[in-house]
Amino acid sequence: MSESAITARWRKLKAEKRCGLVVYLTAGYPDRDTSLAALRAVEACGADLVEVGVPFSDPLADGPAIQRAAQIALEGGMSVGGALELVARAELKIPVVMFSYLNPILAYGIERFLADARGAGASGLLVTDLPAGEDPGLEDRILNSDLDLIRLIAPTTTEQRMRAALEKAEGFVYLIARLGVTGPETEVTGELKGLIGRVKSVTHLPVAVGFGIRSGEQAAALAGLADGLVVGSALIERLERGVEAVGALVSELRRAMDAAGKTGFDS
Amino acid sequence: MATEVRAAQLGGRFGPYGGRYVPETLIAALEELAAVYDAASRDRDFRAQLDDLLRTYAGRPTPLSEAPRLSEMVGCRVFLKREDLAHTGAHKINNTLGQVLLALRMGKRRIIAETGAGQHGVATATACARYGLECVIYMGAEDMERQRLNVYRMELLGAKVVPVHSGTRTLKDATNEALRDWVTNVSTTHYIIGSVVGPDPFPRMVRDFQRVIGDEAKRQLEDRIGRLPGCVVACVGGGSNALGIFTAFLDDQEVRLVGVEAGGEGLETGRHAASLVAGRPGVLHGSLSYLLQDQDGQVLPAHSVSAGLDYPGVGPEHAYLRDSGRVRYEAVNDREALEAFALLARLEGIIPALESAHAVAWVVRQAWDPEDVVLINLSGRGDKDVAHVARLTGAIE
Repeated sequence: MSESAITARWRKLKAEKRCGLVVYLTAGYPDRDTSLAALRAVEACGADLVEVGVPFSDPLADGPAIQRAAQIALEGGMSVGGALELVARAELKIPVVMFSYLNPILAYGIERFLADARGAGASGLLVTDLPAGEDPGLEDRILNSDLDLIRLIAPTTTEQRMRAALEKAEGFVYLIARLGVTGPETEVTGELKGLIGRVKSVTHLPVAVGFGIRSGEQAAALAGLADGLVVGSALIERLERGVEAVGALVSELRRAMDAAGKTGFDS
Repeated sequence: MATEVRAAQLGGRFGPYGGRYVPETLIAALEELAAVYDAASRDRDFRAQLDDLLRTYAGRPTPLSEAPRLSEMVGCRVFLKREDLAHTGAHKINNTLGQVLLALRMGKRRIIAETGAGQHGVATATACARYGLECVIYMGAEDMERQRLNVYRMELLGAKVVPVHSGTRTLKDATNEALRDWVTNVSTTHYIIGSVVGPDPFPRMVRDFQRVIGDEAKRQLEDRIGRLPGCVVACVGGGSNALGIFTAFLDDQEVRLVGVEAGGEGLETGRHAASLVAGRPGVLHGSLSYLLQDQDGQVLPAHSVSAGLDYPGVGPEHAYLRDSGRVRYEAVNDREALEAFALLARLEGIIPALESAHAVAWVVRQAWDPEDVVLINLSGRGDKDVAHVARLTGAIE
């Protein structure tokens, strides 16, 4: 099997000794055109990967900012098909990970989704409410597809479970930096350092840390610890002030991370 | 028993339904809860403690009442299992007492719960007050408006009621918010789900805490008339009172089991809560079951005159029982339920909860053989609904 676009991107980052910047945007928020412009802006401002959120009516893993974005996107008529169309239209050079709850994908049809997502140019899939081992039949279909199956690891994940979950994971590991839903701020703590170390001890995949990163200062502090950082809620909040504000934050994070210099690859 | 074995073998599944479709953050807590629950259910002391509490605090066993005037009207003998006489006025207390005892075993002293009409919230707040536990109830802002008295009742019992403004501002959104709280505070907090829904082990655990209803009713009916009922009827929202009474009879193939869902303003209007009759399989709140959803997999708002049935999902074991044909599911609309509410009050001197009135309405509209014996689970009392019904019928402003 050939190397996926996601794996290729992490390999390049490693060679350049840079920390990867993964951004999350909700498809169709605040509307289709702005959403499309935002996808292009984050790429232009230095994002390495983009997660495109498929809005869901009951986003129980998300905080207020992303919940609200999902609701507005749905009211604007966004759908699974619409999100894929948006990705296709954006024609991004950076890898795209589709980020979704399970039910919209099941309703669309899993095989159809995997084929259409690939056709739209996506390289990976992260399903928030499909933890490893829960539905082996479904997981195998994703693993056997052209999309990388991206896994979430939480601070509460036991080591035994971490091993099992990451054995078949692809692309990179999305590490939830602290308990809670997406949004609230994260402090850099020894605990987090330990957690990243635990994940690193069971997988060779790059580790991207998410949930709560909102400033260049935080990003700089974390850049030395992890292979990548995920930023979501902060961007969604910025999008209220327009696409330029989103681009500005991505640029700020990018600069801060590059200035910090080292990455977690060698630690 | 048969379903218990199936669920255990298939990792908390009922056929294809159920499972743990939750964020990774919650998996550890569900594994812990399942382990603690499995140990507790084998522990005689736990069983004895809960039985004692049900007897000396919750008012169990609840009576089985024959309904002579209703019987005369429908044309066969009708018995009512009187969960309306349990403490707090509904079957919900059976579950909340059991789960509070489990929380104590896990050393968790903060309890959260979701509530729609407020009955589960009241039952949770009650159990927490009894054991001095911190209690936070999530309730849709819209439901809080509709059920102000129950909000006050929960506060009186020492609970903090948190309004939920997201989504449809009703039960499903309160459930999302409770799950978000649990994701955040999982190390100190136990989440008491109020029905046989949610991720494993909740559906089988809540069923086990509720099966006392059917176990008692079966014994009581045997003592009274020396036979099994021909038909057992219960309303189904999430489905806990229905599984509570059905479970004892599942292996008695000659007993017909009927679950009655809320048909709202009529199935054809799309404004209803009949997930099993008119929905299709999907994933919501951690399990795969029947669900009201649009073509794109977005969850549709449910509608029912009865807030306790106003939920777009249903417990996964019901999905399994539907597909296997063991239980038949039917829908009764708002108008029929309101008529049954008034009918039972007049004929038997019992004001049923609007939820339970759905079960009564279905029995009234069926044709029965004089030899039939029908057992209805009267899951709660209607005091909470009186003001609502009075406004709907124009009796008061």
